[in-house]
Amino acid sequence: MDLTEYIQLVFSDYTLRTITLGTAILGAVTGMLGSFAVLRKQSLLGDAISHAALPGIALAFLFTGTKDTNILLIGALISGLIGTFWIRGITAKTHLKSDTALGLILSVFFGFGMLLLTYIQKQPNANKAGLDKYLFGQAATLVESDVWLMAIVMGACLIVLFLFWKEFKILLFDKDYAHTLGFNTKIIDVLITSFIVMAIVLGLQTVGVVLMSAMLLAPAAAARQWTNSLGIMVFLAAVFGAFAGVIGTGISATQNNLSTGPVIVLVASVFVLFSFIFSPKRGLLFKRIRLIQNRNDLELQKTLTFMYHIVESHQNISHPHKIRILNNFRGYSKKSLNKLVAQDLVSVEGDLWSMTPKGFEVAKNLYNQNKDND
Amino acid sequence: MTNAQFEIHLIASLVAIACAIPGTFLVLRKMAMISDAISHSILPGLVVGFFITQDLNSPWLILFAAITGVLTVVLVEKIQQTKLVKEDTAIGLVFPVLFSIGVILIAQYANDIHLDVDAVLLGELAFTPFDRVYYSEVDLGPKSLWVIGSILLLTLVLLFAFFKELKLSTFDAGLATSLGFSPLVIHYGLMSVASVTTVGAFDAVGAILVVALMIAPAASAYLLTTNLKKMLVLSSFFGVFSAIAGYWMAHALDASIAGSMTTMLGLVFLIVYLFAPAKGLFAVIYREKQQRSEVSLITFLLHLQNHSEPEERHVKHLNEHINWAKVRSKTVLNLALKNNMITIDHELVSLTPKGEEFTAKAIEYILTNEEGLIEDMKKDFFLFRG
Repeated sequence: MDLTEYIQLVFSDYTLRTITLGTAILGAVTGMLGSFAVLRKQSLLGDAISHAALPGIALAFLFTGTKDTNILLIGALISGLIGTFWIRGITAKTHLKSDTALGLILSVFFGFGMLLLTYIQKQPNANKAGLDKYLFGQAATLVESDVWLMAIVMGACLIVLFLFWKEFKILLFDKDYAHTLGFNTKIIDVLITSFIVMAIVLGLQTVGVVLMSAMLLAPAAAARQWTNSLGIMVFLAAVFGAFAGVIGTGISATQNNLSTGPVIVLVASVFVLFSFIFSPKRGLLFKRIRLIQNRNDLELQKTLTFMYHIVESHQNISHPHKIRILNNFRGYSKKSLNKLVAQDLVSVEGDLWSMTPKGFEVAKNLYNQNKDND
Repeated sequence: MTNAQFEIHLIASLVAIACAIPGTFLVLRKMAMISDAISHSILPGLVVGFFITQDLNSPWLILFAAITGVLTVVLVEKIQQTKLVKEDTAIGLVFPVLFSIGVILIAQYANDIHLDVDAVLLGELAFTPFDRVYYSEVDLGPKSLWVIGSILLLTLVLLFAFFKELKLSTFDAGLATSLGFSPLVIHYGLMSVASVTTVGAFDAVGAILVVALMIAPAASAYLLTTNLKKMLVLSSFFGVFSAIAGYWMAHALDASIAGSMTTMLGLVFLIVYLFAPAKGLFAVIYREKQQRSEVSLITFLLHLQNHSEPEERHVKHLNEHINWAKVRSKTVLNLALKNNMITIDHELVSLTPKGEEFTAKAIEYILTNEEGLIEDMKKDFFLFRG
């Protein structure tokens, strides 16, 4: 299946349309909420929550006996929340650090979930299979009602974000200040954590327990590189997440035997890599270029200052001097001299150089400026 | 107990100890989540190793996977060094990517071999006794036993050889550097051991149980002791206990051994978390309550000393003036009475000589900014604590 055929199918084929829409919405929601997780330094919380949701799915199935996605997800939500607040309890009341609490809850809840899953598989009653899909996710099992659920959660998430934007923002950047202003930081905190848990639980069916954390982090980490404004970051993360979902679904649908979850994660991480390298302000490439530029400027200034010190002692500032007396240590190179000539600061004749009046002025001010800065 | 069951017990116990030792140091160094990252990202290493060797039993496979584990750590550190994202985000970005690559590689090229993702996550301890090593027709025991046995031996040798260095660099990296031990070498040494252990153990117990076996026993032990040697012994004990108890639980429920061992580890942690003598949840809550009423008591005594007028010393006044709830004022009054700090005469509270001595000392400490000493003073004056 090639690309054009695929695009046609997205609009004509019910299943593919549902899945594409579902992953797009999912990417947008996780991207939005992921921004908060990343900025609150709770990146790994997502990983812990998604693992902690597994026993909830199994228990919900054990108690109700249905495979209705909504009921299973409610179970996942409850056990995810229990996991989250237990992590809080451990870090607040004992001297164990957050990494230990996260790893502990993650592995213990997941192990308990696997115990329940294997226990369920050995049970005599029918319709037992199908819970496995929550491990790695199967986007192909998305149906229209799932997408509606995602859309509803996204709507709720947007409304809450708009209503409590100010509170979220202030809690994010200065918790103590928020507290002194009289905001109930605990409730805001619980609210935002609950929404993060909700977004994670929502993605379990599509991306699965193991890879869900990347869906939360990657779009946000990519968006962070392009802006310093929270609003733009949340928006960008949503866009990145949605595109990762759509492109990932597209790639996995056009190839044989490629599960959607891992592909979406890889696409999202390509976004991250691209942002790391090419973002204009923080990106590695432009940082490197700026570094080289600054270094060259500094070398030029060094040469000019050195020349200025020589010229200073002469009556006639345009008195020529030998190029030989310039040396590498003072930042001199053929290239730097040529650059100075090109800027009309220095003129060169044969193996002699002389400073132009303009060059003298620039060098003098350069010196003054440096002196002022001291 | 059959022979196979005995071997399973032995393998499980060895895995538990082999994990508990590096796990203790990871927990102490606040790097517990690295073990999670390693356990996920060894998957592509295993797959690539398999492509090269074409043999699932090759020892090179373990080496490849272990190298991927160390590579994960390096990659996380490199990303962190760019300062574009925080450390935890770096961890959270790296391992899902590597795991995804592993999953896709398996799905694309290795679908027909015994290397499925479920086995990676869960392992199958029950089958380990059937994969045996033979030396010229002589049965030498299960392969896993040899693998994990040699890893444990290596870990123990390294632990005894470099115990001092490990201890020092864990608790005071600055001092370790100034004494000439390179924290970097020890850091990567520990990471390598953690990687090798993860790879060696995951065949038997799966990636997730490895993480649980590393973190949970160490976390439980850390709540019970602050002595490194005791912590190592305790966490090994917790690991072995949970492994064996978990096996029998799985036996009874007919469910995944790895899952029930993890559950057992969780239960052990839960019990320790709730009931640990000094650092458990109940102990902490009790201590906080005690401190709260003792602080109230000191405040109350100081108030009494400041005021000689009768209306300020009336019992009813506590509720109104210091704004305490009835229960709290009653607790404080009782505590003060029990400790002979006050006498109550016609609902008027006055300090006893002992109370006056106490408050005088307390004020002196407060004025000289040595409030910490009040804590010691409590021992001398209080017969009953809050």
